[in-house]
Amino acid sequence: MTAVLERPPVRRTDPPKQRRRRRRGRIRIVVVSTVLLAVCGVWIYPLIWMVAVSLRDNAHVFTGVGLGTDVVHLDNYQRAWSDAHMGEYFLNTLLVTAGSIVITVFAVAMMGYVLGRYSFPGKRVVIALFAIVVFLPEGYTIIPVVDLLGRLHLDSSLWGLTLAESGGAHVVAVLLFAGYFSRLPKQLEEAAMLDGAGFVRTFFSVYLPLAKPVVAVTVILQFLHSWNDFLLPLVLTLTRPTLRTLSVGMYAFQGEEFTDWSGMMAAATIGLVPLIVLFLFLQRYFVEGVAGAVKQ
Amino acid sequence: MVPSTVLAALFTFYPTVMSWYFSFLDWSGFSDSAHFTGLGNYRELMHDPLFWHAFGRSLLFVLVAVPIRMGLSLIVAIVLNNQALKLSPLFRTLFFLPVVTTGAIVGVVMSLLYSPFNGPINHALMGIGVINKPIDFLGSPGSSLWSVMAVEIWKNFGITMIYWLAALQTVPREYQEAAALDGAGRWQTLRYITGPLLLPFTAIITLLTANNTLHTFGIVQSMTAGGPYFSSQTIEVYIYQTAFAPDSANAIPRLGYASAAGCLFGVCIMLIALLQLWAGRSVARTRAQLKDAR
Repeated sequence: MTAVLERPPVRRTDPPKQRRRRRRGRIRIVVVSTVLLAVCGVWIYPLIWMVAVSLRDNAHVFTGVGLGTDVVHLDNYQRAWSDAHMGEYFLNTLLVTAGSIVITVFAVAMMGYVLGRYSFPGKRVVIALFAIVVFLPEGYTIIPVVDLLGRLHLDSSLWGLTLAESGGAHVVAVLLFAGYFSRLPKQLEEAAMLDGAGFVRTFFSVYLPLAKPVVAVTVILQFLHSWNDFLLPLVLTLTRPTLRTLSVGMYAFQGEEFTDWSGMMAAATIGLVPLIVLFLFLQRYFVEGVAGAVKQ
Repeated sequence: MVPSTVLAALFTFYPTVMSWYFSFLDWSGFSDSAHFTGLGNYRELMHDPLFWHAFGRSLLFVLVAVPIRMGLSLIVAIVLNNQALKLSPLFRTLFFLPVVTTGAIVGVVMSLLYSPFNGPINHALMGIGVINKPIDFLGSPGSSLWSVMAVEIWKNFGITMIYWLAALQTVPREYQEAAALDGAGRWQTLRYITGPLLLPFTAIITLLTANNTLHTFGIVQSMTAGGPYFSSQTIEVYIYQTAFAPDSANAIPRLGYASAAGCLFGVCIMLIALLQLWAGRSVARTRAQLKDAR
């Protein structure tokens, strides 16, 4: 397209019919773009409204579809951050998310490494088990998970939640790693072995550094999962409000201060903005992570 | 391998097995008061209207939300896949944005947007004259499930769109160019070239979308908590409320019973998924046979 635009003389020699078609094509693109722009505006309106309302005072929350405000009320954020404990919940969420990312990446990468590079009896069975597990409803396993954490005495700290978030079969990520590792040349392994590296050493200093793109995808998927999870943290923190994550904190806020709408929206903004910013910067990996499920 | 196997075993395979075991218990979770009741929980479930209604709602949710998501996102994906559309990455970003947001938080934001007291959605609908008095979207039993469903479709639309875009990228551009050279219009290319090439992906995308639609706990719980009068109580909300948050004062948590509900539902979902895969396979086989016969 750009090449065509840079060479007008060639275009002039085109037969008129083709020229007409091309012009029609360009008009079509402009129309489609305009329509899509309007649709996208409506699409993300709820998120923009959320930010707008978080800056208003409570008397002016419901004033139609407008997004403006006369006075900017930053005290909503202060209320949400300290009175509604969103600050603490933010820290909890950050710790759980970071911890579960570290655990997951190592666990998943190793599993993918073994599945991708070695053949062993029962390999197909393991893969089939993983594939089946993806489709189990979350409500199906929540009760035993909670019971298990109680028995291991992990339910009174963030560790339990972190572990539970890292558990679960990360099928897509495991398969991505397995596929990636299986395509690497065998010589790498042999060279490492000649240099005297064992299994663990070969994995950590040769294979894992090569798999950076897959690591990035896994980090993103796990980040989304841990940061956004609701059922598990809700159940685990029913009797321990200090361990709440942002999503549970938001839910509790709604239940306790149900008329502090602007405070609620400030809390929601605190919870969502980090996610959105991260997404905008690392978009490629988000999209790859999601698309990975289909490509496999 | 060992640490990840332990993790997977602890939090995936162990719970799967244990939830079957729990489902045979009469257990409140507080003490060791669990005792074995055999198939008692299942027998009771068979006659529990709350369970079957929740079951039906979850199925309805999937049957309505999945086709809408599949259809709309396919259209958007085809439009965005056009190389001449320079703003396509921007649109893709915006459509995908709700996917990254937290369900429980979005639910709270949406419940304000839906507000019958001059909330923006009612305001807009009245402004353009579609309705003349505000609708209580979440507060009336007739509309609560549909309102929640709309939010679910909005939030997860981007996932299905990305699936379709990934599938569309496997269609070689030369095919489309060749078709254009042969004088095929846009619609014809779509119908005879792109469509058949996308077909193999449809089964897996449907399955992933359906599975994703079943996990709607955060949105439903934060928007309506299954209410009013259980009108939006889907199966995950039912399990949660039965196991951890009995709403009436004299009720005690029933972990065994909730496990049984989860198992029964899980089995049904597996059966439906297998049936769907089997149907997809047999359709593909019949087509292959027809092609050979020709």
